[in-house]
Amino acid sequence: MTELPNSTERKMGLVIDLDTCVGCHACVISCKGWNTENYGAPLSDQDPYGADPSGTFLNRVHSFEVQPKPCGSEPAPAAQLIHFPKSCLHCEDAPCVTVCPTGASYKRVEDGIVLVNEDNCIGCGLCAWSCPYGARELDLAAGVMKKCTLCVDRIYNDNLPEEDRIPSCVRTCPAGARHFGDLGDPNSDVSKLVAERDGMDLMPEMGTKPVNKYLPPRPKDQMEDQIDILAPLLAPVAEEPGGFMGWLDKALDKLPGQTSGGSN
Amino acid sequence: MHPAPSVILFTTLSGLGFGLLFFLGLGMPDVTGMVSFVFFAIAYALAVGGLLASTFHLGHPERAIKAFSQWKTSWLSREGCCAVAALVVMGLYAIGTVFLDTQWTIFGIIGAVLSLATVFTTSMIYAQLKTIPRWNMPLTPAMFISFSLAGGALLAGQETMATALLIIAGLVQLGYWSYGDKAFAGSGTTMETATGLGDRGAVRAFEPPHTGSNYLLREFVHVVGRKHSQKLRMIGFGLGFALPVLLLLLPIEGLALKHTVAAIAVLSHMAGISCSRWLFFAEAEHVVGLYYGKR
Ligand code: SF4
Ligand code: SF4
Ligand code: SF4
Repeated sequence: MTELPNSTERKMGLVIDLDTCVGCHACVISCKGWNTENYGAPLSDQDPYGADPSGTFLNRVHSFEVQPKPCGSEPAPAAQLIHFPKSCLHCEDAPCVTVCPTGASYKRVEDGIVLVNEDNCIGCGLCAWSCPYGARELDLAAGVMKKCTLCVDRIYNDNLPEEDRIPSCVRTCPAGARHFGDLGDPNSDVSKLVAERDGMDLMPEMGTKPVNKYLPPRPKDQMEDQIDILAPLLAPVAEEPGGFMGWLDKALDKLPGQTSGGSN
Repeated sequence: MHPAPSVILFTTLSGLGFGLLFFLGLGMPDVTGMVSFVFFAIAYALAVGGLLASTFHLGHPERAIKAFSQWKTSWLSREGCCAVAALVVMGLYAIGTVFLDTQWTIFGIIGAVLSLATVFTTSMIYAQLKTIPRWNMPLTPAMFISFSLAGGALLAGQETMATALLIIAGLVQLGYWSYGDKAFAGSGTTMETATGLGDRGAVRAFEPPHTGSNYLLREFVHVVGRKHSQKLRMIGFGLGFALPVLLLLLPIEGLALKHTVAAIAVLSHMAGISCSRWLFFAEAEHVVGLYYGKR
């Protein structure tokens, strides 16, 4: 079972747009919700209302700051904040599958989804050690390995209305930052998106050949000199008070004691 | 990596046990009857004790039998198969020497090879992991095997061989530390490749995905102070190799004294190896730490 298939009929996966993700964590919550009530053991929490809460999640959103190097046209470039959702990338050359001693971890031939058969999992944790992306978490209550299932129990589920037959995280994303489809088919919407936006692999040097792709953030808009068309109206009317107010100001300054009110 | 006591205990004890079995299988020392029984009892206690300790960190130890099935791809599965094969074949050999006063050399040799193969498969579980550059080196199996042979020779009372093997193992240890310290930088994996954002500037972790801890941080991110680790390396090297070699080279008369000194050498070696094994885990950095801006 833990031998990887030579090739899979389809390569179902996610395309994550780092340009549009707003870091709201809605995908994190909807993933946890769906997967706690469906496929396999629920995603448990430890000490959820106590001092040291932690729990199992299949999808987590990091936030990174990128500081571009100063250059001629931009001597002091602004740092960019990038929200970075991360779940299993359903790698073609998945090390987590081949290291599994029991055959519990496997990659499906029909669609390339990497899954854990929880009845066979001994909870040794080796697959999590072998995953570069931190996509697998051992559930402390169930003692078995949990990972993104690509919502295998939604995408083929005839009991759901058609528009819900996509992963929970994709369905939930309010920014449209997550896309689902067949990355093995060059004519699919997701493949076209990846081609158009130069979709990239994470840690390509690890040789895992991830199916999921990340779309890099677009360059930031350049600030024009004029920030706002209303700006001229907001400029201070007079820098220094003159006339009666100016005289009063100076006279008050001359009074002994605290200059209260900060008029200077 | 989190230095789990069960795994440190397992790799240390079973390494020694299988090392001793290797020498017993080759007829070193050439003993039968009661003496042979004592040697085998020690070897089995160490090897089996270690294996049992390793099941403590499993989420479902009762399903451990399933781990024998995937030997085609999984080093962990191969380790299980090799260990059981080694214990069974060496058991047959032991029956011959202990009860029948005969040495079935062929079982001994096969058992010795399987014992060493077990140690090799254990080491490959770690060495195969690209995600942990400090382990992903040929020096990792070299270290496990040289330690096992040195400890085995020491336990088997093969003084000259133990001295030589301890010196070799000590050198491998020094090499492992010096190469290991450069491994992460040499792997080419950085926060820039992890996020794919490197071509637009320097990447910094701004906010972690969660305020508390999680499985990944507990398991993979363990920071040992550099000063702390240098001290432990000195202790590990001193107890594991230097002191045992010195004790072996001492000119001692009298059987009782000799046995006492040998026992001290063995205990010192075991303490040193445990210390080195603790460092093996605690100092190993997993690339997933990069996503958290940690190592
Ligand atoms: S992302 Fe990790 S868990 Fe998912 S297939 Fe790749 S290696 Fe396995
Ligand atoms: S595809 Fe499903 S399981 Fe995977 S991250 Fe999205 S919601 Fe979670
Ligand atoms: S719901 Fe969408 S926008 Fe929000 S964090 Fe998830 S992917 Fe990003």
